[in-house]
Amino acid sequence: MQQPNKLSPFFENLNFERDDNTMVINFGPQHPSAHGQLRLVLELDGEQVVKAYPDIGYLHRGVEKMAENMTYNEFLPTTDRLDYIASTSNNYAYALAVEKLLGIEAPRRAQVIRTMLLELNRIISHLFFIATHALDVGAMSVFLYAFREREFAMDLMEDYCGARLTHSAVRIGGVPLDLPAGWIENLVQFCAKVEHEIEHTYEALLTENRIWKMRLEDVGVISAEDALSWGCTGPMLRGSGVKWDIRKEEPYELYSELDFDIPVSDRCDSYGRYRLYMAEMHESIKILRQLMPMYSKTEPQLMAHAPQYISAPKEEIMTQNYALMQHFVLVTQGMRPPKGEVYVATESPKGELGFYIKSEGEPYAYRLKCRAPSFFHTGLLQDLLVGTYIADVVTIIGTTNIVFGEVDR
Amino acid sequence: MRKYVPKDNVQGKSYYTDRFWVAPRVPRTAVEEGSHFASVVEAMGAFVKEAYVEIGQLVIHIDATQNLEAMRLLKEQCGYTQCSEQSAVDYLAQDGEFELFYQLLNITQAARVRVVCRIKKGEAIESIVSLYKSANFAEREIFDMFGIKINNHPFLKRIIMPDDWEGHPLLKTYPLHGDEFASWYEVDKIFGKEYRDIIGPENRDQSRIDRYDTKRFSRVGYEVPFGADISEGEKENPIEYSETVLVDYNKDAGKELAERK
Repeated sequence: MQQPNKLSPFFENLNFERDDNTMVINFGPQHPSAHGQLRLVLELDGEQVVKAYPDIGYLHRGVEKMAENMTYNEFLPTTDRLDYIASTSNNYAYALAVEKLLGIEAPRRAQVIRTMLLELNRIISHLFFIATHALDVGAMSVFLYAFREREFAMDLMEDYCGARLTHSAVRIGGVPLDLPAGWIENLVQFCAKVEHEIEHTYEALLTENRIWKMRLEDVGVISAEDALSWGCTGPMLRGSGVKWDIRKEEPYELYSELDFDIPVSDRCDSYGRYRLYMAEMHESIKILRQLMPMYSKTEPQLMAHAPQYISAPKEEIMTQNYALMQHFVLVTQGMRPPKGEVYVATESPKGELGFYIKSEGEPYAYRLKCRAPSFFHTGLLQDLLVGTYIADVVTIIGTTNIVFGEVDR
Repeated sequence: MRKYVPKDNVQGKSYYTDRFWVAPRVPRTAVEEGSHFASVVEAMGAFVKEAYVEIGQLVIHIDATQNLEAMRLLKEQCGYTQCSEQSAVDYLAQDGEFELFYQLLNITQAARVRVVCRIKKGEAIESIVSLYKSANFAEREIFDMFGIKINNHPFLKRIIMPDDWEGHPLLKTYPLHGDEFASWYEVDKIFGKEYRDIIGPENRDQSRIDRYDTKRFSRVGYEVPFGADISEGEKENPIEYSETVLVDYNKDAGKELAERK
């Protein structure tokens, strides 16, 4: 215990344990490298971490509770606030879970648009990762360059749905809007630009950078067994040499028709994961380029035809009485999916984002559980940080790529 | 007359349900002979109380006391090396029970199994941290959100809510806006209990707007100094919700048919 007096004031963040010569420090929740609201209590022996305790819950909004008190369509915009770096992937994961429950499938054009948005969001999220990770480790300029390209990607999102961060760009049963005129051309330009930048700016600045390598190599090593046991998914799992990508193994949307590779690294460290993120952006660009010609070959229908669950298109509502009645019931009461439970996993940029929905046939979900990848990656920190040095803590938090909207929900 | 709200489930409910409405059920199919799932069910043997396939995933109901052994068998013999998710569903109002589920993943077969078990209110369940480390956080969340005790968990402590919180937010009896304890929590924490009379309980109503608040809201086009009093002596009205009332309803004016036409 500290005994503060005028000469030695109370140190808010420090607690000196005299007997065993370890020091307990409080990292966050307002630390700039805490990626949101992470509080870490670290016990240090010299500069080495002997015990780490991640304390979460500073961003808890009760999303799962809200889901029980909202109809299915009302809840969709709330999912934006989970992983707010790549909102469309949350919207999509939720919409897909409800669609599986209803047993409907989005029309082809909606699928093309959704897959495009998902991959665009993956690029946005990965650019954000590389920017903040580099900034945490000390490479300021990469942050500025990566955020510049991220702005262009967000401009594309804004052109499509009007929002830059909380997109709500997916609906249950399809997408609300068709692509605006000239969007594909902008996307072509963006792909060329970001591909060039990845190669000539980020990779040129970082991949062979001596400081970057010293800070990342052999830091945050997770074995494949541990990664599986701790529930790691996405790049955290593939960075440990496990080739597992839900887009390939349990394909949804158009991923079964697309030609792309799953980058895997068996380095198990932060550097390997950094290389993965870079390679995944290249794959996303490859996917986007395949999707563009697919778009023009599709019929213009955007929402699935399932009158029991989904309102008719606006022209029909305005002209046909029955469509209007159905729309009225769906808006005032909400759709009633059949009784049953469903768990659907999708590959979000951070890992496996899954929604478990238990429906009792009411317009309100009886139970909704959001399986957020970052939640489990935060749990991993208590194991991963032990034995590392205090200077590597920030690198390890950065490499897990956690977003607190998702962790606390 | 105020609408009747059952005390054991205060979650959102549909205001109208056709009384002839029978909700359909998502089809549950039997486990196909010779498939991977059939081999899992066979390996599980006596653990299985009920097994079926629902939306492409195998669902196995087991006895809650055997959860650890059943999961060990799934992990070691059937290759389910990852526990993606686990949580609970509150069925206290209907059956006095919680339903717990474990969502397992086999990455070599790309197959998912959901292990479901039920425990009575007040019963504890065995921790599976010794098998899956991801259960460390997930079980703490179950404890925090539902108050279900987990036996042999290395560090069973609230995870998302504060340590001194009372109540378990995901129970069906817990209202969306929080209970009495929640409305006093921050007042007690920041100012102290003795300030309760002066400050009053926290208004946790999302739709509340304080129109005279010049500290937190700017008035675009009508800017006033920070904290200025702009109420001009007008009292703030408490929020009123519209009530559906039948105006000038005279029961005798209506005509009741003796026989249906």
